[in-house]
Amino acid sequence: MYKGARVETIVSISWETLLDGVKKGNVRSLARIITLVENREPGWKDAMKSLYPLGGKAKIVGITGSPGAGKSTLTNAVARDFVARGYTVGIIAVDPSSPFSGGALLGDRLRMRDVVTLPEIFIRSMATRGALGGLCQGARDIARILDAFGKDVVIIETVGVGQDEVEVVKAADLVMVVCVPGQGDGIQALKAGIMEIADLYVVNKADREGADEVVADIGGMLDISDNGGRPQPPVIKTSALANQGITELVDALVQGFESGRNADSWQAQRVKEEILTLVETEILDYLRENWERTGDLDKAVEGILEKQTDPYSVVDSLLPLIREASRSKETT
Amino acid sequence: MNNKKIRVLIAKPGLDGHERGARIIAYGLRDAGFEVIYTGLRQSPEQIVSAALQEDVDVIGLSILSGAHLSLTKKVVDQLKSNDAEDILLVVGGVVPEQDVASLKEMGVAGVFTAGTSVSQVAQFISEQVNA
Ligand code: B12
Ligand SMILES: Nc1nc2c(ncn2[C@@H]2O[C@H](COP(=O)(O)OP(=O)(O)OP(=O)(O)O)[C@@H](O)[C@H]2O)c(=O)[nH]1
Ligand SMILES: [Mg+2]
Repeated sequence: MYKGARVETIVSISWETLLDGVKKGNVRSLARIITLVENREPGWKDAMKSLYPLGGKAKIVGITGSPGAGKSTLTNAVARDFVARGYTVGIIAVDPSSPFSGGALLGDRLRMRDVVTLPEIFIRSMATRGALGGLCQGARDIARILDAFGKDVVIIETVGVGQDEVEVVKAADLVMVVCVPGQGDGIQALKAGIMEIADLYVVNKADREGADEVVADIGGMLDISDNGGRPQPPVIKTSALANQGITELVDALVQGFESGRNADSWQAQRVKEEILTLVETEILDYLRENWERTGDLDKAVEGILEKQTDPYSVVDSLLPLIREASRSKETT
Repeated sequence: MNNKKIRVLIAKPGLDGHERGARIIAYGLRDAGFEVIYTGLRQSPEQIVSAALQEDVDVIGLSILSGAHLSLTKKVVDQLKSNDAEDILLVVGGVVPEQDVASLKEMGVAGVFTAGTSVSQVAQFISEQVNA
């Protein structure tokens, strides 16, 4: 009875029906649109175009921090608190895809049990899928869909390893960095580039020894850093497991919604980056498709390996194809 | 560029604490190229189906060793029905006596996998069913 049933539904349910469902608050339509956009199914951009004007209201919070710092447990507690205050919440939990198999184990839901059945909350796990710069865009797209669906707050959880992951939180209005006591060199472990985008520090697992030291460390670091005239980010101690410090944290987030990096200059910078990312992906996709069809890329690789040419000359010889790509985009 | 992945939810319903099999299958399917959402122990049928809908999975895999496979699976199937989501492929693994396999299939379970199942068997079954 199941054979092929699902494949058929994907094809037969039109974008229109799904978009309509999203506007009416249908969870299945929402979930399916996210899948189709994530997969870059034909028509995804048109769908985003029609969703875009519906959104723009949600506040997007990015959570990053080392593996096991308690990001999911915190997200669970924070989401529950937001719901108690009358907000609806969307959660995007990002985990890495295996570079070898392309598969992923998405386990953040394990720590988000309290909120899974709350109707105000929608949780979506997302694999990085080894996307070139597209990861940030993928998270941004999903956040935007949740925004259009009517979620007041969207939380993006990502692992603070690798520059890619740091990129993800750039899709957020507010970035919260989670530290924990007893991590050896503590805050030294903070990723390069994180300090520049952190709006708020959380020292989680404050039920453990050494939390005050971490708070002091962060304070010291902030004192000597130049944060370009932005207000000094607050440092908040929590114990997500014991549900301590959560009220203070959510208070700080709500306050951050009003100030933070929502400044016009930051918004403009983000929009610029987004356009460039989208264009980059389009051109690359176009070129890849072309090369696969013509076999030119394989030929070029062969040529380089046989020492007949070099990567730089190959790129120069390919530039006309890029120009052609931009022309074909103009006409279609 | 289309990059579709098969998404699978692995869940343990009820009070069953035997987690090894579910973990082996979850990690194995990841290594076979699937996106696996693991929700862990002690999930109610409501939680399982709610997660499956939000994650828009192609497959739900229940791991049950407690002996309560018939009643728990029935509850999950009922939840799927009331949410109009019977198109999601349902498989069950764990300790299931031979004589119960037919009852499970009658409920709508596509495949039953007991002790000694290899991950590749499961991966192949899912790929075939979803891409059919
Ligand atoms: C190890 C074990 C335990 C360990 C569990 C450790 C752990 N955290 O996992 C401990 C000692 C804690 C334990 C406790 C108990 N156990 Co015990 N346990 C076992 C035992 C010996 C092996 C289970 C195991 O880990 N197998 C190895 C894994 C890899 O195999 P698997 O789980 O079967 O998984 C494979 C397949 O089934 C399949 N699969 C599994 N899940 C899924 C999911 C999907 C989607 C798919 C596709 C496939 C799939 O693929 C896997 C890989 O091949 C079994 C005996 C048995 N024959 O299974 C009893 C058994 C399951 N336990 C049993 C019982 C009764 C108990 C207790 C109630 C005992 C007690 N009175 O205290 C407690 C209950 C614990 C609890 N909270 O639920 C009974 C269950 C009876 C029943 N079903 O009718 C069994 C069958 C023993 C028996 N013959 O009586 N147990
Ligand atoms: N003692 C203590 N443990 C906590 C606290 N918050 C989370 N944990 C535990 O820390 C472990 C990791 O928690 P997660 O919420 O999964 O951490 P995470 O940062 O989301 O982990 P990844 O997503 O794997 O990077 C779990 O065992 C939690 O129970 C806390 O405040 N105190
Ligand atoms: Mg997590």
